Amino acid sequence: MSEQTVRSGGMTREDVTFSRLVRLAMSADEAAPEQVNLARRHLVQRAAFGLLWLSGIAAVAVLLAVVGYVVVQGAKVLNWEFLSSPPAGGLAASDVGGMSTTIVSTIYLVFWVIVIAGPLGVLAAIYLVEYAEEMEGGTGLIPALVSVVRFAVEILAGVPSIIFGLFGYALFVSAVALGWSFGLRSAAVTGACLVLPVIIRASEEAIRAVPRSYREASLALGATKWQTAWKVVLPAAAPGIITGIVLSVGRVVSETAVFFVTFGGTVRAPDSLFDLSSPGRSMALHVYYLAMETRAFDKAMGTGAVLILTIILINLVINVVSRRLTSKLKGR
Amino acid sequence: MRKIIDTGIRYVLLLSALVSVFVVFLILLFTLREGLPAFREIGVIPMLTGTVWRPQQGQLGILSMIAGSILVTIGAVVLGVPLAMGGAIFLAEVAPPAVRETVRPAVELLAGIPSVVYGLFGMVVLVPAVRTTFSVPGNSGFSLLAASIVLAVMVLPTITNIAEDAIRAVPREYKEGSLALGATRWQTISRVTLPAARSGIIAAIILGVGRALGETMAMIMVIGNSIRMPGPLSGNPLTLLLSQARTLTGNIAVEIKYATGLHEDALFATGVVLFVLITLVNGSARLVINRGGTE
Repeated sequence: MSEQTVRSGGMTREDVTFSRLVRLAMSADEAAPEQVNLARRHLVQRAAFGLLWLSGIAAVAVLLAVVGYVVVQGAKVLNWEFLSSPPAGGLAASDVGGMSTTIVSTIYLVFWVIVIAGPLGVLAAIYLVEYAEEMEGGTGLIPALVSVVRFAVEILAGVPSIIFGLFGYALFVSAVALGWSFGLRSAAVTGACLVLPVIIRASEEAIRAVPRSYREASLALGATKWQTAWKVVLPAAAPGIITGIVLSVGRVVSETAVFFVTFGGTVRAPDSLFDLSSPGRSMALHVYYLAMETRAFDKAMGTGAVLILTIILINLVINVVSRRLTSKLKGR
Repeated sequence: MRKIIDTGIRYVLLLSALVSVFVVFLILLFTLREGLPAFREIGVIPMLTGTVWRPQQGQLGILSMIAGSILVTIGAVVLGVPLAMGGAIFLAEVAPPAVRETVRPAVELLAGIPSVVYGLFGMVVLVPAVRTTFSVPGNSGFSLLAASIVLAVMVLPTITNIAEDAIRAVPREYKEGSLALGATRWQTISRVTLPAARSGIIAAIILGVGRALGETMAMIMVIGNSIRMPGPLSGNPLTLLLSQARTLTGNIAVEIKYATGLHEDALFATGVVLFVLITLVNGSARLVINRGGTE
């Protein structure tokens, strides 16, 4: 096949990108002798595909090796007693002490982060889709504010977690501002800031996916904008919103840096969900302390295994929810 | 009545949306308010170019941490990007549907595995391996090499996921046109699909770099956290890889809890430097994506 064929066939199209790409595709043949060596091309393809298979397998193998190693090593210490007894402290024998208080602390932390960031994020997303989009491109204070909000959400999503930690430390923990000291309250509010962009983005996407006709039908029946948003749009978008919230749960469970500088790190859990000023230690933090300070690698592996299983569970929940979403959309 | 409620709610919603702006404002306010005094007292240039970090003596140069962050990120890119690209092309173009349907969720799942788990693996497996493999005096195993490997594994799922989306987004017609002209599948992939997905692929790599620069706990666990400027351990320049180092993120996390006064300010200034670095990286990703979109 020569350049000539390409000219007469492909270049009459107006799609410049397309023709450029076709030329790119053919450039190999320009260099080749007139007789295109098909066998050679196939050999090259086979080698390239072999490499691609290899890297696909290698990528998965590397990741599975890491996760598999931690789960297998962790399984050695994993039993009911490990899950249900509190950590025994650094000097205790390696066969006593578990991780129960860190599970409790993690649950308290997740609860408060979601209670704070969930409603805020969902309401913000409703505003951004249902109220702000009709003003897009307009002038005045509110449209300007809306674009500032979008920019802010984007910035927040890109800020590394240690910066959130630094901010939480300065604003909540140290005496600089509120002086709440290390504790559930400081950690939860900082964590809420961390997951806010996750919830807003997921909810925005879910709300935007609700068909226009739903809203039109509701408005035509005389419902106000808010009634429509609350009673029609929100229920329809619920699976997507829940996915976003479950995703944030995963983020809180796996986050370490933020809570390292705000949660305190004591092995005792807060006395109750409402014991807001007490410090604690989440599971991820526990892994860090066990490895870096206590050097109890076996228990760190056990806790790491529990963490991994938690994340797998969270992913399963997301899969089930999103599958329900797709079947619901197809059903109607 | 309903109208009044409706207007009221409209403002409640607007307020919730403004919370994000408020948070960004607070983050900037607090990191700058605490960090700027350090820049003023020490001077921007001495701080950014100083290689000595001795908070007790008021010597607060962070060049070694900047070098640590950049070196370990380069290491992660060199090790992780080829594998991630291979994985992305494999998933998007080569893998049979059954393989793809099992591998994709696995890769997505792995993007959510906590960083301490990767750090723990690095401490228990990689650090001893690096220590025993290379018999160079002063090699503790805690090294740029171990940290780069850990980081490469961590950014692998991120880059693979985004790059695969970019490759998959290339219009079918491009590929069909190329195949119809007699190109093999591999020629189509390497000369049509990949160039067309170029901006998305570059964006994926840049976002991976952003994630690598921001990683904290896993780095603390395997890089050794030495405050000295990373450098070769012996005459062989490659032993640079065996050198301990400290990242900007690690510098903040390790010391913030007990730092006071100018030392604390310098840590916030470290945060400002990190923030600027990451914003530049993320901003360039945005630029690449936008340019790719208008082309």
